Amino acid sequence: VVWSMLGNRQFCSYKMTTKTQNFCRNEYNLTGLCNRSSCPLANSQYATVREEKGRCYLYMKTIERAAFPRRLWERVLLSKNYEKALEEIDENLIYWPRFIRHKCKQRFTKITQYLIRIRKLTLKRQRKLVPLRRKIERRENRREEKALIAAQLDNAIEKELLERLKQDTYGDIYNFPIHAFDKALQQQDAESESESDAEREEDDDDEDVDKREFVEAEDSELSDFEDMDKLETSSEEEQEEEQEVEKKASHSKSKGKTPLKGPARRKRPYIEIEYEEETEPSSKTKAA
Amino acid sequence: AGDGSGPAPGDGTDPPAPERVLFPPTFSVSEIKNKQRRHFMFLRWKQQQRKEKLALKKKRRKEREALGDKAPPKAIPKTIENQRVYDETTVDPNDEEVAFDEATDEFAPYFNRQTVPKILITTSDRPRGRTVRFCEQLATVIPNSHVYYRRGLALKRIIPQCIARDFTDLIVINEDRKIPNGLVLSHLPDGPTAHFRMSSVRLRKEIKRKGKEPTEHVPEVILNNFTTRLGHSIGRMFAALFPHDPQFIGRQVATFHNQRDYIFFRFHRYIFKSEKKVGIQELGPRFTLKLRSLQKGTFDSKFGEYEWIHKRREMDTNRRKFHL
Repeated sequence: VVWSMLGNRQFCSYKMTTKTQNFCRNEYNLTGLCNRSSCPLANSQYATVREEKGRCYLYMKTIERAAFPRRLWERVLLSKNYEKALEEIDENLIYWPRFIRHKCKQRFTKITQYLIRIRKLTLKRQRKLVPLRRKIERRENRREEKALIAAQLDNAIEKELLERLKQDTYGDIYNFPIHAFDKALQQQDAESESESDAEREEDDDDEDVDKREFVEAEDSELSDFEDMDKLETSSEEEQEEEQEVEKKASHSKSKGKTPLKGPARRKRPYIEIEYEEETEPSSKTKAA
Repeated sequence: AGDGSGPAPGDGTDPPAPERVLFPPTFSVSEIKNKQRRHFMFLRWKQQQRKEKLALKKKRRKEREALGDKAPPKAIPKTIENQRVYDETTVDPNDEEVAFDEATDEFAPYFNRQTVPKILITTSDRPRGRTVRFCEQLATVIPNSHVYYRRGLALKRIIPQCIARDFTDLIVINEDRKIPNGLVLSHLPDGPTAHFRMSSVRLRKEIKRKGKEPTEHVPEVILNNFTTRLGHSIGRMFAALFPHDPQFIGRQVATFHNQRDYIFFRFHRYIFKSEKKVGIQELGPRFTLKLRSLQKGTFDSKFGEYEWIHKRREMDTNRRKFHL
């Protein structure tokens, strides 16, 4: 009677229809489908397995208690041991229809499996989802943009690099004549060590050989101020002089960088005139 | 309101100069209902303001020139950096306590040149293309670094293995919605762990430059603006990523610049054009970091001892107070 009312004809609030199947949302339903045999409302003798807080219970409904809704479902705690629990189900549902017994055991199996998986997963690390707050994200992005503008990164980096150059952290890789000249001035006041001089003179010789070839080839073109090569040679002549006299060894490794331009150039013509006469005889003596 | 506002913009002739327009005293541009006219009046008001400002500037400049040497010094504009709330943990360069601390903290072996940095870069679980590429580029920037993909391995189990294989640092790049958004930097033999929020990640091809790839030379490191005690320790963490002796031949420099608690990372190649001029060319990825927390030991989110956490309610309220 109940089924003919609820089942396929009229309304059952637990029934959910989809394109291919009907589901039953009743919590005591054994299979989850809306069938004549699995409807807990339509069957007067029914049993389910449900779990609560990790423990499994067997719920049974018999016709004798149909008049007492409060006592309708009888609950039996099943053992934690899988085989024992299966036996318990069998015991309790003895003489019950095969379908219900079978489905109860199936359901119990599935429940234990998912409980095991839950326990395993909680041991592994769990990803914690932290929600983004839109207002805060926007605020932080805005502040970041402003900080970027205030930072003036390029300028800061350039300044830092120039400072490092000044403090001679790069050693002797870069030779800028003004820089070297200032250093030479400083060291003229200080005492110069002879040992280091001797060492460096040997190195200087090697360099001088190379440099000298270069220099002599270019000497003929010594007319134009704006010839950068000439300036480089003059700077090297200066340095040769300094190396011989002073402690400072400027090993210039050419790295394909263009020689100096800019304000340094204007100062040098004056210095050149002073030193050229001095260096030429000394270099010639060295060659000899 | 329309009557008081002078000639309508619909006129073909130019409206008369703003000085001649008389507004009734309670007039405001926002009260005109007609949008076109309101817009026009607003523009006119703006022009007027600009003219007044210019006139004021000129006047001031004339006064200054007139006074010559006796002119009062130029007013320094207030910037956020100027107005920054003084942080009591600002490190004084000559502070002995700080120097002693630094000689005995976890980075001492690095700074005493006892250890060579070896870095492991990894990501969160399933990295997407952008993150993968970013990891690769980061690995080229930081010398002696290796990228390993994490296929579901727990960090707590990776860490002992890393220590056994002599890694000094671990970088984990966290990803969200296919872009990297977090960075965990952990100094390995029991060192501090810093968790950052990463933003504005630009890969190499997105940077507008025409440079080549970074070479294998060890870059220099620039750490700017790490003033407070916390900033100092973070700066040391970053410095410990790179080998101690930069190869100046390579002419590469990695910069960590702190500005208002945002750390900007850039990677450049520099060339000294003259003594006073240097040219820099950006290669390599760039990103910005914001420190979220600093933890005493290695990565342990549940039981770790936190040295510093960014507490939003307390720390974000004051716009002039920064912690790094």
